[in-house]
Amino acid sequence: MQNDSESAQRAVRVITMDVIVAALIFALGALVVYDSNRLGSSWDENGPQAGYFPFYTGLLVCISSAVVFVQGVLKLKSDVKVFVRQDQFRQVLVILLPSAAYVLGVQLIGIYVPSAAFIGLFMKIAGKYSWLRSAAVSVSVSVIAFLMFEVWFKIPLPKGPFEHLIGY
Amino acid sequence: MVKPIAFAAGLVLAAAPAGAWEPTKPVEFVIPAGQGGGADQMARFTQGVTAKHSLMKQSVVPINKSGGAGAEGFLDVKGSKGDAHKIIITLSNLFTTPLATGVPFNWRDLTPVAMLALDNFVLWVNAETPYKTPKDYLGAVKKAGPNKFKMAGTGAKQEDQIITVAIEKAAGVKFTYVPFKGGGAVATQLVGKHVDSTVNNPIEAVAHWRSGKLRPLCVFEKARMPYKNKVTETMSWNDIPTCREAGIPMDYLMLRGIFMPAGVSQDVVDFYIGLFKKVRGTPEWKKLMEDGAFNQSFMSGKEYVDWVAKAENLHRDLMKEAGFLAKK
Amino acid sequence: MEELNALLHGFTVALTPFNLGLMFVGIILGVIIGVLPGLGGANGVAILLPLTFTMPPSSAIIMLSCIYWGALFGGAITSVLFNIPGEPWSVATTFDGYPMAQQGRAGEALTGAFTSSFVGALVAVLVFTFLAPLIANFALQFGPPEFFSVYLLTFCSFVGTGKGNPFKIIASMMLGFAMAGVGIDIVTGQLRLTFGFTELLSGFHFLVAVIGLFGIGEILLSMEEGLSFSGHSARINPRIVFQTWARLPHYWATSIRSCVIGCWMGIIPGGATPASFMSYGVARKMSRDGDRFGTGQLEGVVAPETAAHAAGTSALLPMITLGIPGSPTAAVLLGGLMIWGLQPGPLLFVEQKDFVWGLIASMYLGNIAGLIVVLTTVPLFAAILRVPFPIIAPVIVVICAIGAYTVKNNMLDVWMMVVFGVVGYTFKKLEYPLAPMVLALVLGDAAESSFRQSMLISQGSLSVFWANWLVGSLTTLALVLLFWPVISRLLARLRASGRGEVIRQRAVD
Repeated sequence: MQNDSESAQRAVRVITMDVIVAALIFALGALVVYDSNRLGSSWDENGPQAGYFPFYTGLLVCISSAVVFVQGVLKLKSDVKVFVRQDQFRQVLVILLPSAAYVLGVQLIGIYVPSAAFIGLFMKIAGKYSWLRSAAVSVSVSVIAFLMFEVWFKIPLPKGPFEHLIGY
Repeated sequence: MVKPIAFAAGLVLAAAPAGAWEPTKPVEFVIPAGQGGGADQMARFTQGVTAKHSLMKQSVVPINKSGGAGAEGFLDVKGSKGDAHKIIITLSNLFTTPLATGVPFNWRDLTPVAMLALDNFVLWVNAETPYKTPKDYLGAVKKAGPNKFKMAGTGAKQEDQIITVAIEKAAGVKFTYVPFKGGGAVATQLVGKHVDSTVNNPIEAVAHWRSGKLRPLCVFEKARMPYKNKVTETMSWNDIPTCREAGIPMDYLMLRGIFMPAGVSQDVVDFYIGLFKKVRGTPEWKKLMEDGAFNQSFMSGKEYVDWVAKAENLHRDLMKEAGFLAKK
Repeated sequence: MEELNALLHGFTVALTPFNLGLMFVGIILGVIIGVLPGLGGANGVAILLPLTFTMPPSSAIIMLSCIYWGALFGGAITSVLFNIPGEPWSVATTFDGYPMAQQGRAGEALTGAFTSSFVGALVAVLVFTFLAPLIANFALQFGPPEFFSVYLLTFCSFVGTGKGNPFKIIASMMLGFAMAGVGIDIVTGQLRLTFGFTELLSGFHFLVAVIGLFGIGEILLSMEEGLSFSGHSARINPRIVFQTWARLPHYWATSIRSCVIGCWMGIIPGGATPASFMSYGVARKMSRDGDRFGTGQLEGVVAPETAAHAAGTSALLPMITLGIPGSPTAAVLLGGLMIWGLQPGPLLFVEQKDFVWGLIASMYLGNIAGLIVVLTTVPLFAAILRVPFPIIAPVIVVICAIGAYTVKNNMLDVWMMVVFGVVGYTFKKLEYPLAPMVLALVLGDAAESSFRQSMLISQGSLSVFWANWLVGSLTTLALVLLFWPVISRLLARLRASGRGEVIRQRAVD
């Protein structure tokens, strides 16, 4: 995504992304077509086989993305609409990367501790709130979620060492 | 024997011998089927009577993991080795799903706990059709030629289709098998005359039988069902002949059994066996069994393991004959 | 007037202080459940089901069905406020509800959503009360070909008016269909598109995709403007409820259409989710403001909400009379009936009069209670939008993660949600429409299996879709709707004498 950031405007153009995304979609479509072929994509005496519908949906994905790709390539030089500026993209990463780290945290040590940490740190670092307010909001969200899901509705969410410590 | 920490001060658990294991947190009850189905009902029923009669200090929490014809649920339990707070209720998909799809799990990856009951299968036709006996019906199917009569059932390459193939083999006929997602939908399709017959479980079709829309032809059991209370004005479950009597040498029962993850101690297993014995002792359970005309066999320990092993072989044979095994 | 007597009797069953208390408890719980994505009405009902064993069945079903009403109401809240549908049937509500909130009209959108939900439910209950015996067996007419034609109708009413690059629309929709195909094929039992990953066995769940595409995607988009992004500070005025009410009667035509669609989809039973999509699509085609749908039209909130609630309510009819649940929640309620020793089926109306009419009476009372509860909370919920973005953004991510996880208790879904978030962000900027993808994902599976069941029944002959008047007219109607833009243009040309007239005529029919 950033490979165009060297250009004069330091931004990615819509048309560049259009071409890249079309290529990715084409690859997905091809994958679908490939697997449907394995299952059998014809029409036998019992009607369509397991791969019949996926085959044609995959094919349509391929065709339409190919058209979008060609349309994009043809306009690659002329179209200068901006997809995302570098500064905007940096802002997007400010939430995207911590979110990904948060999900990793959930996977490793359960949901409640990373939730509190994520909300608290985001408020403190990105939102420049005081430690006290950040901690108050983040801990209360986690505690409410815990009460609601584990205690009240008895819906088990991912748990880790901390939750085991308090008997869950 | 591991001594539990003695914080269970106010605990009143009548039957539990001192020092026995018991859950220290809510028990996850995995249901490898969707919400509202037979397994789901039984699990939620267990949750209900456990709470109502205080059969256990902790609560039971049912979780549906129906993806991949139940594979999702079984793989989850298989992956939770040593977890003493997780149990799973089975359908026949314990056997059929790995055999038909090649998804890597087997009941031997789990710890067998107990058999709760066995579910019967009955051959049903629409009451407006002239067929009064299995012979009438199968005769008509034969006369019409292959693929003219439609049999509806739940899922593909699962118990309903296995039974269908067995009927076809025994009677020398050929149905068009039409799979649907749930037993309720299957019964309704028959009431609406979109298909010609089903092999619904009793509980799935009983309401339509009572309202005079469906007619049972025979039950796939060795002996007739024991329930003699009238269900309709003229018939009880006991009045339905066995398919054997009608010349279809096929009997099939679906396991409603409990398993848990591997690597748990015998204490833990004994606790759950005891729990389900108590569940089975409640009046609510007895009513459920009669309403659904279940076969009330109960087994645990080695007897249960042997039964499951035998059932697995039976499924492998039936599915092999039907050509349902996954291609390696 | 046998029904009226029975209903009055029902009110005496429902109107005890104990039952009224349960009703409010149920509604409030239901709203909470509806607000949280992933925690669906089915969860709420399932969890509380065991608690109800100690109550008489009538009280129990009153409380459980009120949770159901509450969840139907509550699903709209997060759709409007954060573009995150709390329930599957609220997806179509986001299309216009969220743009309204962005314009500072959250209160108006919420009031519109709640009120139309109430209207939809009320009409459905009236149908339920007076026509139950007549329409109870209507669902029996529906075999696989009929179901397929209904799904086709849903698709056709929804697509066909899309603007923008048609190839992007096709690509988006087909990706949705492909995702719907992942998992076990119901007709043959084969594994499809799983490529040997056991994690993919259960396929892509529609809610996970929606939470990611809409919820997370929207946060990423908002972040571009930086943390200074100041919510959508709306002036919150309690009178907004009455001001909105004054506007709602203008949409009477849409309301009636949506009620019809909703009741019908509930009875057959097609479900609330397709009903909401179909209703939105039809409204967009028929309304004179159709071209502006998606930019924050109150009518675009009224249509799906009316239909969803009408369908959700009337779905209880086939559940009670035929034992076929129209939704996962209905399925759990159905399980409850059996556990209480009641056999759903045609005889329930005869054998359990108290129960059935108590339930019907509670539908009236529960929905009135529900409307009161949710309308009083409109200012409260609209005020959530004033919370500064650096606080609300991570909280939304956490709520989305919980929602994605609870769908199947699967960690992979939470990762999927993040991926879908990036996809949603990218697609939105590249003008790939998300709605066709979501619709294909939610209905693709059912549409395909009903098509293949039909083919099994007909031995591969397509004529089965015109085999009787019902399926034939549905299929034809679907095709007419698909080509509606062409047809309406032709009609317009025929009547082209008076310009301007054309548009108005379209709105009326």
